[in-house]
Amino acid sequence: MAKKKTVEQMRFEEAFEELAALVGQLESGELPLEQSLALFERGQALAARCSQLLEQAELKLRQLVPDQSGGYSETDFEAEAE
Amino acid sequence: MLRAVSQLSIFGLQTTWSPSELNRHVRQLIESDYRLGDLWVAGEVSNLSHPASGHLYFSLRDAEAAVRCVMWRPEVARLPRMPKDGDAVETHGRLSVYEAGGQYQLYADLIRFAGEGELYREFLRLKVKLEAEGLFDPARKRPLPTWPRRIGLVTSPTGAALQDVLNVLRRRYPLLEVVLSPTSVQGEDAPLAIVEALRAVNATSHPDVILLVRGGGSMEDLWAFNTEEVVRAVVDSAAPVVTGIGHETDLILADFAADRRAPTPSAAAEVTTPDKAELVAEVIEVRHRLARAWEERSRTIRYLIAEQLAGLTLASPRARVANARQRVDGLAHRATAAIGHVLALQQAALSGLIQTLGAVGPETVLARGYAVVRRILDGAVVRSVAQVSAGDPLSVRVRDGSFGARVDER
Repeated sequence: MAKKKTVEQMRFEEAFEELAALVGQLESGELPLEQSLALFERGQALAARCSQLLEQAELKLRQLVPDQSGGYSETDFEAEAE
Repeated sequence: MLRAVSQLSIFGLQTTWSPSELNRHVRQLIESDYRLGDLWVAGEVSNLSHPASGHLYFSLRDAEAAVRCVMWRPEVARLPRMPKDGDAVETHGRLSVYEAGGQYQLYADLIRFAGEGELYREFLRLKVKLEAEGLFDPARKRPLPTWPRRIGLVTSPTGAALQDVLNVLRRRYPLLEVVLSPTSVQGEDAPLAIVEALRAVNATSHPDVILLVRGGGSMEDLWAFNTEEVVRAVVDSAAPVVTGIGHETDLILADFAADRRAPTPSAAAEVTTPDKAELVAEVIEVRHRLARAWEERSRTIRYLIAEQLAGLTLASPRARVANARQRVDGLAHRATAAIGHVLALQQAALSGLIQTLGAVGPETVLARGYAVVRRILDGAVVRSVAQVSAGDPLSVRVRDGSFGARVDER
C-alpha cells in the first residue's frame, strides 16, 4: 500500500481516514482480485486498530508549571476523580 | 362597522384607510422584513410589569429612545431569573404590530443579562471599541481541528469547570492529551493571569486548540472575561480558542472574540471533540461495508477466473494448467481464510472445473495433431533426442490409433 507506516504505528485518525477511503475503493469494484483481497485484509487490520485504540485510550493529563529559567514546563497531572 | 375601502377622497383618487386596514398593512410591512423577524436589541429594562397573566411587559431604552417589548408566559417561565428595572440586557425576538393598539413591539423569546449600571456601560463601551477594530469579525474565526491531539485548557485548577471539562473529554475522546494551564479566573489579578496562561500554553505546548472556560457566577465574577486584555489575548492566540464561560444567558466579550463560543464549559469540551460512541458505531459500520464489498468483489472474480480457466484448457498444455491451478488454489486458500463460506463455495467450484480439465487432457491434445512417441523396448515416452539411438524401434500414438516406426539417424 501507499502508506509507509504499519497499521500498529498508526494514530486513530490516520487509520480511520485510510479505512474510509479504502472501503470506497473496494466498493467501486474495479480492482483485480489480488488487490481487492489485499485491501480487504488491510481494511480488517485498520478497523481492528481503530477499535483497539478507542477501547484502550486513556486521557493524558499534563500541567504547566513555571521553571527556573522563567519559562514553563509540562509535568504529569493527577486530577482528583469526581 | 365602518369600512372605508375605496371611498374616494375629495382631494383626489386616494384610498382612505380604516385603522384596522392601516395597522394590518403596517404589520405586514414589518413582518415582511426578515431582519426584523430575528433580532437582538440591547438596552436597559424599564416600565417592567408582570401581571397575573404571567406575561411580561417592559421597555428597552437607551438615552434617547425606547422600544416596547412583550414576552409570553412560556418564555418567561424559561428565564433563569426575572429582569428588573435598570437591568442591562440583550433581548432576542421578532418585531411586529399590536393591531388593536397601533403599537409596534418586540415579541421577545430570550433575555441575556449583561450586568447593571456602571459595569454594563463599560461593557458596551469596550464592545463598540473592539468591534470597530474588527476583533469580533466572523471572518477572523478559525476552523477547529477535526482530530485534535493536544488541547490546552486554560481555567482554574480548583474550579468545577475543570472537572466538567475533563469528564466530557474522557467520555468523548480519550485519545487526547490535555495540558492544563492554570490561572485564577476571578478577582483583580485574573485578567493578567488569563493572558499569561494563554500565552504560556501556546508557547510551551503548541496545542491544536485551546479551551478557555469558567463556571457560572455573577456578572462581577465573570468580569475578567470582559476585559480588553483578555479579549486581545484570545484574538492573538496561535491556536484557535473555544470559550465556555458562565451560563447560556451570560454575555461575555471573550465569547465574541473566540473562534468558537460554547454556552458552558462542558459544551466547549463537546464542540471541540469527536464523540467516541459515534466513532465506535462508525467503525462497526465500515467493517460491515468492507465485508459486503469484498463479498461482492469475490463473487464477480469467481466468474472471471472460471472464464480464464476455460480459456486455458483450449490453449495450453498441462503444465500451465497446473500452474494456474496452483495460483487459484493459493488465492482461494487465502480468501477462504479471510471470509468463510463464500470462498468455500468458490473453491468447490474451482476444483470441479480443474477435475474436468484433467479428464479431457491427452485426447484434446492428440486431436490437435500432437503425437505420443514411445520406445518399444521399455515403453518409455520419448521426451528427448538423447533417449533414442539410430535403429531403435518406436511406437507412435496419434488420435485414432498407433503405428510402428524406426529411428533413421540422430
